[in-house]
Amino acid sequence: MEDIIKNALEAIPVLGHSLANLLGTPPGVYVVMAALPLVFILLYALVTLYMEMKVSAHIQDRLAYMYTGWHGVLQPVADILKLIQKEDTIPAAADKPLFILAPYLVFIGTYAGFAAIPFSSMYVGSDLNIGVLYIIAVSSIVVVGILMSGWASNNKWSLFGAMRSAAQLVSYEIPSALAILVAVMITGSMNLQEINHFQDGGIQNWLAFGGPLPIAKKLLLMPFTLTTFFILFVASLAEVNRTPFDLPEAESELVQGFNTEYSGMKFAIFYMAEYANMFLVSGVAATLFLGGWGSPFGSFMSGPVWGVFWFVLKGMFFVFLQVWLRWTLPRLRVDQLMYVSWKVMMPFLFVCILAVGMILSF
Amino acid sequence: MTELQTYFKTIWLGISTALIGMRLTFRHLFTPAVTVQYPDVKLKLPERARNRLYVNMDDCIGCFQCDLACPVDCIAIETVKSLPTEDLGMTSTGQKKKLWVTKFDIDIAKCCYCGLCVYPCPTECIKMTDVYEFSESNRKNLIYNYVTVTPGEVVDIKARAAEFEKEAAAKKAAAAAEAAKAKAAAAAAAPPAGTPGPAAPAAAAPGTAAPAKPAAPAAGSTQSSPAAPAGTPAPAPPAPSQTPPVAGTTAPPENKA
Amino acid sequence: MIDTLPIKTSTGRPLRKEEMVINMGPQHPSTHGVLRLEVVLDGEIVVDVIPHMGYLHRCFEKHSEHMTNYQQVIPYADRMDYLASMNNDWGYALAVERLLKIEVPPRVEYIRVIMAELQRIASHLIAVGTYGIDMGAFTPFLWCFRDRERILDLFEMTCGARLLYNYIWVGGLSHDIPPGFVDKAKAFCKYFLPNIKELNDLLTYNTIFVKRTADIGVLPADVAINYACSGPMLRGSGVSFDLRRDDPYGVYDKFEWNVEVGKGEMGTLGDCWDRYIVRVREMEQSVKIIEQALAAIPEGDVQSALPKRIRPDAGEIYVRTETPRGELGFYVISDGSATPYRVKARAPAFVNLSVMSEISRGCMIADLVAIVGSVDIVLGEVDR
Repeated sequence: MEDIIKNALEAIPVLGHSLANLLGTPPGVYVVMAALPLVFILLYALVTLYMEMKVSAHIQDRLAYMYTGWHGVLQPVADILKLIQKEDTIPAAADKPLFILAPYLVFIGTYAGFAAIPFSSMYVGSDLNIGVLYIIAVSSIVVVGILMSGWASNNKWSLFGAMRSAAQLVSYEIPSALAILVAVMITGSMNLQEINHFQDGGIQNWLAFGGPLPIAKKLLLMPFTLTTFFILFVASLAEVNRTPFDLPEAESELVQGFNTEYSGMKFAIFYMAEYANMFLVSGVAATLFLGGWGSPFGSFMSGPVWGVFWFVLKGMFFVFLQVWLRWTLPRLRVDQLMYVSWKVMMPFLFVCILAVGMILSF
Repeated sequence: MTELQTYFKTIWLGISTALIGMRLTFRHLFTPAVTVQYPDVKLKLPERARNRLYVNMDDCIGCFQCDLACPVDCIAIETVKSLPTEDLGMTSTGQKKKLWVTKFDIDIAKCCYCGLCVYPCPTECIKMTDVYEFSESNRKNLIYNYVTVTPGEVVDIKARAAEFEKEAAAKKAAAAAEAAKAKAAAAAAAPPAGTPGPAAPAAAAPGTAAPAKPAAPAAGSTQSSPAAPAGTPAPAPPAPSQTPPVAGTTAPPENKA
Repeated sequence: MIDTLPIKTSTGRPLRKEEMVINMGPQHPSTHGVLRLEVVLDGEIVVDVIPHMGYLHRCFEKHSEHMTNYQQVIPYADRMDYLASMNNDWGYALAVERLLKIEVPPRVEYIRVIMAELQRIASHLIAVGTYGIDMGAFTPFLWCFRDRERILDLFEMTCGARLLYNYIWVGGLSHDIPPGFVDKAKAFCKYFLPNIKELNDLLTYNTIFVKRTADIGVLPADVAINYACSGPMLRGSGVSFDLRRDDPYGVYDKFEWNVEVGKGEMGTLGDCWDRYIVRVREMEQSVKIIEQALAAIPEGDVQSALPKRIRPDAGEIYVRTETPRGELGFYVISDGSATPYRVKARAPAFVNLSVMSEISRGCMIADLVAIVGSVDIVLGEVDR
């Protein structure tokens, strides 16, 4: 007996060393680096849940959570715990494999995009040379997931929501891509880390204000880049199904849209996927047009660790904007949504691309 | 306006109205909340608030006015008449209570909180209070029993009342029987046969016969008593005279004789 | 021949291959109650709408025949259109008073007008707020309810109840207004007008809201008149007809106020936006009336001398009043006893709902929600 205990005690440091070796070598490192955004998403979802509830409550002249913790700070934890332990119902006539797979597909679509965003000068999940292209491509998996959930629910209302959502997501990919194209044109690279480095040095170098170019070109570029930035933000609102583009989950018409039949953990995954998507598009907008992890003061308060702070701050600013808009505006109807995408955003973006191209070539 | 102008105008309006709305909601982020946190802070209701009913049984006189006024029939009342010997006391408004209220149930789940039962009450004993937190987990607990007498007492009251009724009925029956007997006796005393008989039944018979026949009350009764020993109509079969008035009218000359 | 499926809608119309029947069921977040709308859809376009009602039928008319007196019907009348109880009570009380051929004291008339107009504001606040939430704007709903709470506080102060009052009785009122009511009501009027401006900023003129409601559900004036629509439905189509001015009752003729009609400002005349703006502007007019009435309440009694058991002469009468939803009519038949022989209520929401299938052909589902919201139905009234 004593021998066994002695052997076990001697084994721990050996195990510890092997684990460290494992994690330190390439496969292990990759696992750790891939898990970091997941941890971030979980924490960020709690914070955003709280922020959304409190912001909506104060806009509506009421208080939200006040009981769990000081002013309800622990309520999101309680919400997540509730969702986890809830009964996971599957309708009898639903298409079971598709029904179960759908939320995970949606989450995968958004989570994969996190691989390419640089959180700081020292951390990027995967330093892709085609970073933006990869993000645009991979976030389209979400469409598949939503269509699957709508169809598999065996519910006419869910089907409606899913079809609308598919149309909406597909048509708003294009203005997003075109707006991103403007940024790529100015920086000359699709690598997000390089785009970030391009805007280093302070607020005047941000692409939204023309980028680090000579002052004449900058002033000429500024109206177009500002317009593009604005359109990118609105298009990303549509990408994440937020008001005023939240017809797929329009509560007053479709009960909960494609989410109707989901409960418990699957619903929690959908919810988390929506919040993750919100941060993804905010992060992309921040990286491309607002300098990413660069400090607005140039070299003051900059560095690898400060980079994370600035990036998260800019991302959260956009998330706050999205929440604010949700509680202010009514929602657009499906055909009006399409009209905005194809007949308003695209012409403006074409003009911007043309103008930026002409200005840059001089 | 040309289509192009409308197009640009709509875009401009869309953005500007959205920004106006956003400014408004942003300002509201900093206005204080208008809600109160309910279980910790409870608002005080005004004095006329119409919530749960309350009945002060000391003042209830069992008049059924609230029962009749209720539009949903949620009040059930039963009363028992009290005996003349029992003293139920007075209400606070100075009325003497004459009825035992043995059942006063209000099904507060049926009550529609209209307040129509409050107005007709003569003693103002039924009121709507400001209590609104009275939910129960068992539906039967929502039938409120307001009576202050226990079920045992109710049984007693009912028994006593039943007994009193029985006695009163018996007395009435006895009185009726005696009246019938007196009637028969008065008819028997009609013939002027002066057979002496026991004074008491003779005295009693005309006495009872007198109220039985209102036609000759004064003559029969006043005259019959001093002539009791002389004229005994009871034992003698009255052959010629069938009716006591005839006997009564013919009595004075007989008695004098 | 158009190929049809062997499936039929509930009216017997066979379905075409590309059509789908869906229920905006009795339980739905935006049908304002238990209303079932059977919608025949071709993709997103509505081909036909068949409303099914009756889920909230509570036999109001049968109950009133079994009450022991005429006053006991008033709690039942409250519960018909539960968002505008004061107006219901007044309609019925007016009908019985005219049957009895009595006049009520002037103080009663003024207080009735104040209560009815306050109730109109409260009801329109709900209509406007829920319309916003149907469109996806969550915030105006809560702001409207916050203002409505103040009105309900005024009512609670007076008669003790917040929603179903049993206040306007045959021959008068159940209570006199308490001390402090006039000041509180004046303070409310002052507080409320800037809030209408906030509502306009946030919702009414917001381009997205306008795009969702203008040119939708256009109800031409002649169709509205043929279907017997009344209230804001009718006035939204440009027909200037308001019972308070055209068939006056109470002391409405003593006040200065305008009848609001839709003018087709943002789209076609008679669309949803017009009906909505008529409601918003009617709230402003109601505030005007209330302020004038508050300044002029005479002193006096609040109950006329009536016997405990009202026995009108045998006869019948139809009296109509203007509730927030339209023309509410009470047809009362009396047979000389203390109980009414028949009370029939002509509910405005029921009649206004009947025009829905006419105006919603060819629109989309999202528009259907907008149209149902603009009719402003209350199922308690539709089904009675």
